Amino acid sequence: MDRAAVIGVGITKIEANKVKETFADMVWEAVNKALEDAKMTIDDIDNVVTTSNDFWDGRTISCMAVGDASGARHKNVSCVEGDGTFGAFYGLSRVLSGSYGTTLVTAHSKGSESVSSLITNAAFDPIYDRSLGMDMISACAMQARAYMHRTGTTPEQMAMVSVKNHGNAMLNPLSQLPMNITVEDVLGSEMISDPLHKLDCSPVSDGCCAVIIANEKRASQYGSLPVWIKGVSFCSDSYFLGDRELSKAKSLTQAAKKAFSMAQISDPLSEIDVAEVYDAFTYQELMWLEAMGLCQDGKAGINLEKGYYGIKGKLPVNPSGGLLSGHPVIAGGLIRIAEIVKQLRGEAGAYQIAGAKKGVAHGVNGLCGQSHCVWILDQEK
Amino acid sequence: MPKKRVAIVGTGQTYHKSHRPDVNGQELINEAVKRALQDADLTIKDIDAVVIGNMDHFEGINYVDCWSVDGSGGIMKPVIKLTTGGTTGSTLAIGGYQLVASGFFEKVLIIGWEKNSESDTTGAITTAFDPVWDRLVFAGAISGLAAEAQAYMAKYGATEKDAARVSVRDRKHACNNPHAQLRREITIEDVLASPMLADPIHLLDVCPRTDGACAVIMANEDCAGKITAVPDWIWATANRHKYTYLGDVNWGELDSLAGASREIYAKAGIREPKKEIDVIELYQPYSFAGIIWIEDLGIAERGKGAEYIWSGATDMGGELPINPSGGVIACNPIGATGLIRCAEAALQVMGKAEARQVPDVNFAISTGFGGCMWSDMLLHGKRKPDF
Amino acid sequence: MTAKENLVIESKGSGQPFNYAVGMYGSKFFKELRENRKLLGTKCPKCGKVYVPPRRVCGECFVEMTEFVEVGPKGIIGTFTILRYAFIDPETGEQKPVPYGYGFIRFDGADTLFQHYISIEDESKIKIGARVEPVFSEERKGNVKDILCFKIIE
Ligand SMILES: [Zn+2]
Repeated sequence: MDRAAVIGVGITKIEANKVKETFADMVWEAVNKALEDAKMTIDDIDNVVTTSNDFWDGRTISCMAVGDASGARHKNVSCVEGDGTFGAFYGLSRVLSGSYGTTLVTAHSKGSESVSSLITNAAFDPIYDRSLGMDMISACAMQARAYMHRTGTTPEQMAMVSVKNHGNAMLNPLSQLPMNITVEDVLGSEMISDPLHKLDCSPVSDGCCAVIIANEKRASQYGSLPVWIKGVSFCSDSYFLGDRELSKAKSLTQAAKKAFSMAQISDPLSEIDVAEVYDAFTYQELMWLEAMGLCQDGKAGINLEKGYYGIKGKLPVNPSGGLLSGHPVIAGGLIRIAEIVKQLRGEAGAYQIAGAKKGVAHGVNGLCGQSHCVWILDQEK
Repeated sequence: MPKKRVAIVGTGQTYHKSHRPDVNGQELINEAVKRALQDADLTIKDIDAVVIGNMDHFEGINYVDCWSVDGSGGIMKPVIKLTTGGTTGSTLAIGGYQLVASGFFEKVLIIGWEKNSESDTTGAITTAFDPVWDRLVFAGAISGLAAEAQAYMAKYGATEKDAARVSVRDRKHACNNPHAQLRREITIEDVLASPMLADPIHLLDVCPRTDGACAVIMANEDCAGKITAVPDWIWATANRHKYTYLGDVNWGELDSLAGASREIYAKAGIREPKKEIDVIELYQPYSFAGIIWIEDLGIAERGKGAEYIWSGATDMGGELPINPSGGVIACNPIGATGLIRCAEAALQVMGKAEARQVPDVNFAISTGFGGCMWSDMLLHGKRKPDF
Repeated sequence: MTAKENLVIESKGSGQPFNYAVGMYGSKFFKELRENRKLLGTKCPKCGKVYVPPRRVCGECFVEMTEFVEVGPKGIIGTFTILRYAFIDPETGEQKPVPYGYGFIRFDGADTLFQHYISIEDESKIKIGARVEPVFSEERKGNVKDILCFKIIE
């Protein structure tokens, strides 16, 4: 892969209900933050990729709502439907192809405008699954159960993910749910779908993220500190939950292997300094870490107990507070990329990981982690 | 210069019909995929990544890229979804080009599909527009297109009969294409006598609604020549999607197509498109566009589109045949439609268009239309690009 | 393999309700419309273009607009059609009553067009360039239906 870098990021505050803001308002804010961060103007942007989802936005061709706000008029523009990490992948491709020197990537959603369970129910097969009333939470509860059964991960260990991430969020001013809570608080919170308590689940959120990607030549041209993209890969598993080994994320393992190999990282655990993973539910943080090869299979819960994944731990995971502290779907993965960029630039403020040089960002698409996208970012060229 | 030059090495289409209750969505997709693989003499194992798209609300399925892997062959492969409304198919083609040109993948499978029979098409298109401002009076694609036709007619004096001539052309061409949905010739009188849908658009001025899928395989320059003797090289891509509200549109001209085509001509060094382009597969959802948009393409002068159509120049055997496949007026599975234009242009360049083949095609154009008067465009060539 | 009958599963009534945010710009427009029957646009500080509906960003200039200006209420027909085919209105789930006049109105003082119904009592008078004025609803709730339609004025 030729060299390319992330040279600007912008994240809106993540909130439960941005009732005053349209999609365009959120995008306008994130894009201008990213441009300012990159020390660029819209004229320096060669092309635009927006990321959105027609169901979450309640609108066919949801990208129509944000074209002007993302500065796409008179430019080449496209739209990815899926997590923001996939949008960023396409944005990166358009730079590496030689077509454009810079890409502005945006991702937005407002969970507050719809009924989440109906939106995720529509991701189930209309012929076989949908009428059972499945939604993302009930499906992930089954996955959590399968993962706990296979690995012996306990409800207490899962609760500790929530305690850690909500605690980290206390340090992140953009976060929706900074909370000082205990394992007992999590286990005592309402049981939503056994074994997932309310505090095992990420909240419904509104938010937007924008990221600017540049080729090698343009990356150093504007004066911001580039963070280099060393490896990216994505992969999809089977669709039907019954067709998969639900307690394992096979497609994540493959995507991570490819991404680490592109980045010439042979021992991820010793070489990666910080990870932002897609913790839509507590168990997922543990499961994804194992599948990515950042932890021995089945041992993430135990490592968490030992404090490995705290801000001062061996491998800080979701120092920003993660999705458990604010989960604007679609933007979720792009925010993970932006957070790693902040860490590698040393600009993460109160949740900065000292000396972070290499990081992993991760995004998920589909039900129960059917499809994953893994980004390896590096301070050094 | 791109990192890797890119060519189309195989295409596959379903036999498009108004209603395919015999297959579900995955199975429909799979029909096109199998045909594309067969055409390129490849297996799914040879495919490095899948790019897929449609318009969600036509089938009511969220995360279609994930749901469709059994049909697309995307299991344990990178799968990405692009969707931009009517332009989805051409957006997919541009996406496939970018993914291969970037060096990430050697061979990419691109799939556009739609089962328009599964919902009310006009209702679903209406939900594309702003819920607060646009949806009250907007009535799907035809209402917007009628606004364009009225504005153009008022400005340049074109008539309903002029437009009907375009329908007659495309429906005649469609008879040569076994994949087209409507393969029966019509006359100008038929068009003018058909029910008025939205003044000045008659039923036979517009596209039907269709179930169908199209798959295209793109490969990089290292392997394209090994897969097929005559690859269809992608010379350039461009698009313009601008919109905030429907009332912002400069009705009567398609600015987006003018912008995209000028970018393409500049990239490829094309000075006289009318002479240098041999065939066009135009995403032309209604007849008036056949007059108006060739002006935006720089093929006819402003206000002279109808004259150019009447001259026969765009008919088979004319100086610049448009829509040898019969185009969108004969067949419109929306998420596939733009990709079908791309596949048909590829067939022309590769010399595989059979009864609808235009002789000696060196350069072909395919376009996509959708969103709110948006345009995508690809330039296809027989020669490997020298830039 | 052929099946004896091809089954279909209907999804009637499985709609997804949404709360669409109007935003501060639109909210101001609808408040003025509801309370004072006034119509507002936003003016770009760079190119001077007046946009209706009002919105935050001038796409041409990529600058934020903050100046509201009153437009109309009279204007001209920019373009139009008369909708004659029946379709399901996704907002109601019911068949939309046809025919109706579908117009793009250029308010006096505005540079963009505003979509609304045009009264079709006399179809022969509906032409591009014809002057129109809004018919306001007596009971206004702060949405586009606070204007019932536009009618041709001589
Ligand atoms: Zn302006």
